Amino acid sequence: MKISQLAATLLAVAALVGCGKEAPSVKIGLNTELTGEMPAVGASSKNAAELFASQINAAGGVKVSDQTLPIKLVIGDNGAKADQAASVAQRLITQDNVLAMIGPDASACAIPAADIAEAAKCAMISPWSTNPKTTLDPNTGKPKEYVFRACFIDTFQAGVLAKFVLNNLKAKTAAVLYDSTSEAPNGQATLFKETFEKNGGQIVGFETYTTGDKDFSAQLTKIKSTNPEVIFLPAYYNDVPLIAQQARRLGITAQFVGSDAWSSPELIKLGGADIEGSFFCNHYSTQIATPIAQKFMSDYQAKYGMAPDDVAALTYDAFGLLTQAVKDAGKLDRQAVRDALARIPKYDGITGTMQFVPGSGDPIKSAVILQIKNGKFVWVANAQP
Amino acid sequence: MLHDLLYLAQQTINALQQGSIYALIALGYSMVYGVLTMINFAHGDLFMLGAFACMLLAGVVTPLLTAVPPILVFILILLMVMAVIGFLGAFIERVAYRPLRGAPRVSAIITALGCGLLIESLTLVIFPYSQSIPPLLANRTFELMKVADPAGAGAPLTLTITALQILIIRVAIVLMVALDFLIRKTRYGMAMRAISFDARTVPLMGIPVDRIISMTFLIGAGLGGAAGMLYGLAYPVIAPSMGILVGWKAFIAAVVGGIGSIRGAVLGGFILGAVEVLAVVFFESTYRDLISYSLLLVILIFKPYGLLGSAPNQKV
Repeated sequence: MKISQLAATLLAVAALVGCGKEAPSVKIGLNTELTGEMPAVGASSKNAAELFASQINAAGGVKVSDQTLPIKLVIGDNGAKADQAASVAQRLITQDNVLAMIGPDASACAIPAADIAEAAKCAMISPWSTNPKTTLDPNTGKPKEYVFRACFIDTFQAGVLAKFVLNNLKAKTAAVLYDSTSEAPNGQATLFKETFEKNGGQIVGFETYTTGDKDFSAQLTKIKSTNPEVIFLPAYYNDVPLIAQQARRLGITAQFVGSDAWSSPELIKLGGADIEGSFFCNHYSTQIATPIAQKFMSDYQAKYGMAPDDVAALTYDAFGLLTQAVKDAGKLDRQAVRDALARIPKYDGITGTMQFVPGSGDPIKSAVILQIKNGKFVWVANAQP
Repeated sequence: MLHDLLYLAQQTINALQQGSIYALIALGYSMVYGVLTMINFAHGDLFMLGAFACMLLAGVVTPLLTAVPPILVFILILLMVMAVIGFLGAFIERVAYRPLRGAPRVSAIITALGCGLLIESLTLVIFPYSQSIPPLLANRTFELMKVADPAGAGAPLTLTITALQILIIRVAIVLMVALDFLIRKTRYGMAMRAISFDARTVPLMGIPVDRIISMTFLIGAGLGGAAGMLYGLAYPVIAPSMGILVGWKAFIAAVVGGIGSIRGAVLGGFILGAVEVLAVVFFESTYRDLISYSLLLVILIFKPYGLLGSAPNQKV
């Protein structure tokens, strides 16, 4: 008797829960690196997403045809692992039934997640993944239909850096040390080598390591014996300080140059004097900010007590692009949102104006070169596509 | 010629530093295997905790002892780290492994993996970001030799060693010699060797097996903690995931040296350090892991019980 009563109650509860209809909202998934190798990236993405959602919702919400709907965020942690990024993407799309997905940020995660989004025909915007493979279909070599990004791609970045080293730093020889098992650094290293050599430079050392390595002394000693003027380090912010420190201790005096993977305030905290004076390529600079960027910076500072890094700015832009597309589409439909996203004429974001290359998810936008001076990122130059 | 020698000498110093850390961690795997024939997969995470303990203790102890010479502060923190991690290791053995001592060996190994993951995840909750360890000692770089570049154009070639590298190698050697003495010359060491020789008969001789096993975990984990601290000082960006890769490598070093053998673990650690560096010296660094681990596999083909290991006694 008791068991049947319990079962009846449970059934009733289940029925009630099942019937409870969700209030209509614009449901956006965020797939990001909250734990694992680069938690600072995930934290920035999450902060920017929550800031964006709270601002839009405070102003009423997103206007979708005749009604104004609030944004509802569903956040998934991909642990900075490729397989977890794919399963989070799958969960967000099929189980949480999001309208579109923002993220992942790291290319190693964005590439597998992009395959899931493409197969499910759900739009995805990666804020920070610069590897060309994210938006390309590996089988056909054509752009993926549902995958977009808010940042420039590595082919452009590597070109900017190679030309900066040759023309601005007047260096003719360079060595490269990178993590060959991580997608973005791997691509950046190879593309840098290609453009540097094509433009008359000479790569005297091309050394690799594996994710999780902390000792680079063997590779650096090898690089030291070739005596390069510049060492290009396309590495994430937690590897760079160790590489720089070990290089300086071995007596290497070469100039360090890095990619956008450097741009976290954590880099300065961990790197200190060893990375002082180094240059790197980035998506935007707080020093040449437009009025909308300045507003974003002060809002972010007020809410989180720190300056936004480029991941935060790009995530905010990815949400901006997506909301614009939802407004343009005028309905909560994945296909309509994707089509509207591809058609966005010109979007004024925090990180500059952007527009998708017709038939592709890669935007046309500019880059900046920053230098680390007195523990701060200082703007040096702009690079146009 | 001199140029090449200098280069090789620099790489040897790099290999010694790597090797002494691998050797210290490998000792923990080998000691536990020696007495329990069990692989303590939580050892890599205890190593990681050693680095975090050093960071926390340095933050508390250093400001209190500004008048004390830094080297004494270093030794004090090292002893504290070893004690904390050692007791934690013994505690894990008491609550997680001892209840399973009669169970199939696989259960103990799975439990060890679980303990490792638990430690790692808990640390991740407390420290989600990579942390930096403050330098305990002023690190000086010594220039041992300086030779003009043979090409003439570039900077002169130098052979450098840092005070920290000297310290790491020295501390590792002192700890290993002390352990060797402990095992060969003391009653505890004799008991430990006896358990490893015949675990079933030893209790009949009145030897407190449980206490000896606790001691073994205490010492093994303490050495792992010391290795974590030295590693953290050498590579001062630390993260909760750092124990996995290094732990596996040290485990491989222990197997190559002959798991269960103390001197074998040390030998294995230095061989692994040397092989990893030499692979980069003579080949492209992309093939480092491929070449170094293939070489270790070849060693195991010819010496399946490791270099200094012995085949288990077959009882008929």
